[in-house]
Amino acid sequence: MTVHLPILPILIPMLGGLLMLLPPFAGAKRYLHRRVAALVLMLAQLACSIILMQMVVENGAIMYAVGDWQPPYGIILYADKLSVMLVALGSLLGLGITLYSFGGSDREGKYFHPLVQFQLLGIYGAFLTNDLFNLFVFFEVLLIASYTLLIHGGGKHKTAANVHYVILNLIGSSLFLFALGTLYGVTGTLNIADMALRIPELSQSQALIAQAGGSLMLIVFGLKSAMLPLHFWLPQTYAAASAPVAALFAIMTKVGVYCIFRVYTVVFGEQAGELADMIVPWVWPLAIATVVFGTIGALASPNLRTLAGNLVIVSVGTLLIAFALRTPEASAAAFLYLIHSTLVTAALFLIADMIAQQRGRAIDYFVVARKIKQQALLGVLFIVVAMAAAGLPPFSGFLGKLVILQSATDSDHRIWVWSVILIPSLFTIIALSRAGTTLFWRNTPSHDAAESAGVSRWQIGGAVLLLMASPTLALFGAHVIEYTNAAAAQLHDIQYLLEVMNLDGDSK
Amino acid sequence: METVYVICVGVLTFCGVFLCLRGRTFSVVVGLTMLSYAVNLFLFSSGRLSLDGAAILGMAESYADPLPQALTLTAIVIGFAMIAFVVILAIRARADLGNDYVDGTDPPDADKLVKPNGDKV
Repeated sequence: MTVHLPILPILIPMLGGLLMLLPPFAGAKRYLHRRVAALVLMLAQLACSIILMQMVVENGAIMYAVGDWQPPYGIILYADKLSVMLVALGSLLGLGITLYSFGGSDREGKYFHPLVQFQLLGIYGAFLTNDLFNLFVFFEVLLIASYTLLIHGGGKHKTAANVHYVILNLIGSSLFLFALGTLYGVTGTLNIADMALRIPELSQSQALIAQAGGSLMLIVFGLKSAMLPLHFWLPQTYAAASAPVAALFAIMTKVGVYCIFRVYTVVFGEQAGELADMIVPWVWPLAIATVVFGTIGALASPNLRTLAGNLVIVSVGTLLIAFALRTPEASAAAFLYLIHSTLVTAALFLIADMIAQQRGRAIDYFVVARKIKQQALLGVLFIVVAMAAAGLPPFSGFLGKLVILQSATDSDHRIWVWSVILIPSLFTIIALSRAGTTLFWRNTPSHDAAESAGVSRWQIGGAVLLLMASPTLALFGAHVIEYTNAAAAQLHDIQYLLEVMNLDGDSK
Repeated sequence: METVYVICVGVLTFCGVFLCLRGRTFSVVVGLTMLSYAVNLFLFSSGRLSLDGAAILGMAESYADPLPQALTLTAIVIGFAMIAFVVILAIRARADLGNDYVDGTDPPDADKLVKPNGDKV
């Protein structure tokens, strides 16, 4: 049984999602059945990912050959510390948004819970796979689920945002296939580990073609992760989506960032001969520009959800800066920041939605409106999430940024990294405090807030679950950093990967 | 054979990219379809082009690489599903937004456009 553990995070949401389409769960009136099933599935995934994580910590990375076709031929799942950490992060996020959706947003359509399961299936698959074509397939699974989730509930804004999102991502998928075809044409393999073996041995003309393929792939991952200049879709899309969906999307950009880390460390990493670190000169300026433009966008946002969307862009830029430093320490810092930023931006989307529910027609726009009913509760939640997102102590954002700053040891880089992380942090604080003062303190004097309904307990439960992760991360910071350090060391150790895959550099 | 193949892929990609840059959803959908055809052909060629090559061992003297064929099949299926989805979405957007522009709004010079039956809009 434990042999098949790595594939369980993929099988549970797949079978569970399919079961939820069948009679005991299908139908508009049986939403309670679906809720119970969704909760059970989420808990099962969380438990499964934690057990998997324990196994990986104790016994090292696990290679799972689907159908027992051994590498380099079969489809390989590869669970190392990094990927199981992200699977666990995804299932925690899924649990939080499932709880939140019990507050009522899952009843806007019939298929909310099955779609969330399919989305999670794609996300886990993208984290666990070690095969580039398989990665494409899982991308498509998570994308088609996200297309339908984005439009879930319907409405003009959602349709308009969805058209852009779908068209852009379909073009992205075509580019991904072009890149795959190019890389397969020169290396003759799709297994990431095997490709890492073959890239250094290419002749000069083949290396050029591989470089073209690798660069095309950066465009695809850049589009997924909202790297400048491919970020224009993000704020609009995230602001249009319903709150739990936007919160779930917080991990989608991180899937792109993860793929950049995985592919450009293993395949085009420092051992790749002529193509070693070929995208780093590109990523440096783009990452800095991403942070700067995300911050400008955050300052210019007219409502809280757009602000949250722009903070997602800032966090992606910060992660890419850490990627561009190309040291295991910087990668470890990035993984810590990745956990933090995913959970905190997800919580920010949920809290923005709760605030919007209580402000009548003003929703979450920064205008004078009636008083929020549960001002104390939502105010406390908002200040915690704002402090965490801006990177103020004692929350995890501070810790995450601190370790990234510390990992920039080279003096040339240090000026850039420190200024690009610290100055936007200041502006983020300004944007968030301006948002908070308008939302909570500028009220119309005449109206009292009695008419709006209070937020449901499920909604608070879901948001608090995600939000609690921030102080917890800070509290157990030493353990988490130890873990991410080990994960980064494992990611950068290509020889270890090849040993786990039973691929030998010499026997070819 | 290679030259014809290359020209086919190139022309398809060119048309696909051009149509994707158009303003109305219909041409964009057709453009996406062409791009996915181009991609399928391109993927197929990544295992090198060969004539009379068998994909199954023990059936012939010369063999073709079976993997790109499998990849192309998968890509066709996925591409087909995605195109079906985007067609439905485009129709939905036409109904929801009241026009078929990708932006969801009429361009500023929409009054100069001519309807199919010759009337001004």
